[in-house]
Amino acid sequence: MHVTFAGPTLPAVTDTSSPPGGGRIPVVDYLVLEGDPHLVAHACTGCGALYFDRRNACAKCGRTAFDRRPLATTGVLRSFTIVSRAAPGVPVPYVSAVVELEGGGVVKANLVDVEPDPAKIELNMPLSMTTFVCGTDEEGTDAVAFGFRPA
Amino acid sequence: MADTVWIIGASMTKFGRYPDKDTVDLASEAALAALEDAQSTIFDMQTLAVGCLVDAAAMLGQRLQKQIGQTGIPVYNVANACATGATAVRTALLAIKAGEADMALAVGVEQMGKMGLLGPAGQARAKPTGYTPSGRYGSVMPVEGILGTQLMPGVFAQAGMEYASHHDGVGFEQFAKVAEKNHAHSALNPLAQYQKVFSLEQVMGAEMVAYPNTLLMCCPTGDGAAAAVLCSDARLKTLDPDVRRRAVKISASVLTSDPYVESDTAQPDVSTLTKLAAAQAYEQAGVGPADLDLVELHDCFATAELIHYENLQLCEPGGAGDFIDRRAPWRDGTTPVNVSGGLISKGHPIGATGVANIYEVATHLRGEAGDRQIEGARVGLTHVIGLGSACGVHVLERAAA
Repeated sequence: MHVTFAGPTLPAVTDTSSPPGGGRIPVVDYLVLEGDPHLVAHACTGCGALYFDRRNACAKCGRTAFDRRPLATTGVLRSFTIVSRAAPGVPVPYVSAVVELEGGGVVKANLVDVEPDPAKIELNMPLSMTTFVCGTDEEGTDAVAFGFRPA
Repeated sequence: MADTVWIIGASMTKFGRYPDKDTVDLASEAALAALEDAQSTIFDMQTLAVGCLVDAAAMLGQRLQKQIGQTGIPVYNVANACATGATAVRTALLAIKAGEADMALAVGVEQMGKMGLLGPAGQARAKPTGYTPSGRYGSVMPVEGILGTQLMPGVFAQAGMEYASHHDGVGFEQFAKVAEKNHAHSALNPLAQYQKVFSLEQVMGAEMVAYPNTLLMCCPTGDGAAAAVLCSDARLKTLDPDVRRRAVKISASVLTSDPYVESDTAQPDVSTLTKLAAAQAYEQAGVGPADLDLVELHDCFATAELIHYENLQLCEPGGAGDFIDRRAPWRDGTTPVNVSGGLISKGHPIGATGVANIYEVATHLRGEAGDRQIEGARVGLTHVIGLGSACGVHVLERAAA
């Protein structure tokens, strides 16, 4: 049985050039916008475990030294859900996904450029990262987020 | 065994909405009923553990004492997300095992008001002034809905869909069948918040919350409490024969947290710590999953229950879809799961749940479960999991004849 959804998805705008009067800022600090946008992780120098958050130590081995490691922009779809009931102001439905990146790293993001229909989304399908504007502040600065689209 | 701990009294309030009762009212109701069930009073208790989230930092244990009996005993106010109730029971048990108490009372309670399915995280976002990175991820705004969802229905949907990505024969229908079962089971439980039967079509056709979880596949918010009186083996031997006859043995009491896994960067892993807890519990109790007559597990969402069939070794690896398809976890199946109606239909006042499922299994083991009784029940398992994460598993057994 297939369930289909009507309604808008979040825009997958990949034009992230600066608007007049403002700059752009990544929505989280593990997204790098300079050059080809990509994610960076803290990599434990002892065991290689990867993290996106500020670290006090490694949760896998306990060491306290980390390198900065750029992650791949391609991966596969490990899991997803289509959210129909969300906080006020969040357009629904949208697709939340867990993505396993090539070469290491697992991240949660929205699946974009895809119909929010379970019949149209295939688990384990190949994906590539993209970026989109997710808000603009009073100074005209664009906040930029990342998502994944079918490769 | 000399250091066995027993449950000699248990009670739960019917779960539901009680806007005129506070957490102390609900906790008192369950506590006094459990104490009476044990033919004891608060004045016999030597340790008190009270689990609650909404009042976690509000000295609820002491406020309960001020209503039902102030005796100066140690009070532990306990919080472990949805594993709070099991943690309260374990706290009481540890006091007895340490030799610091012969009788202890564990209470779990929650008064959730009308916080709604999404909780406090589901509030509207304020308008941005100037973006400033803050917090451990240097975020400039709440990322809920922008970088996926971290709300409960979606997190557990993604956990279920991850299982589906590894195994054939698991999809929307299998997850929906879990909810169909639990709603049907609840019709026999007068203590359940909801007692309505729904067809599979109605479950799948209900309002979608986070695919594949429809509204009828999500547990409700609600209010309620449950309590258990625990007793040492040495003390039990001195008690009334009727209390001894109805005593339920705690064969295993386990608490785990989530070990490091690579995918923690995306969302909590609810399977690894559950597998760990189950393995420890079976080892401690000296029983296996095939010995279980009933299981009360943590079906916060239908997708969660399905993956726990495998996590708790109730089915073969990869076999959870087949397990529900052949109706094995129905009350007339080989391993009845959530005959109470589960969290989905019985309800989930968060702090109460981990004690309420112990009440449920104990009641069946005592042969006192009325219309929903699993005949001849001798061994049962309870499971709760709180995101963050904590997993509490208990194995209970009927006293030897």
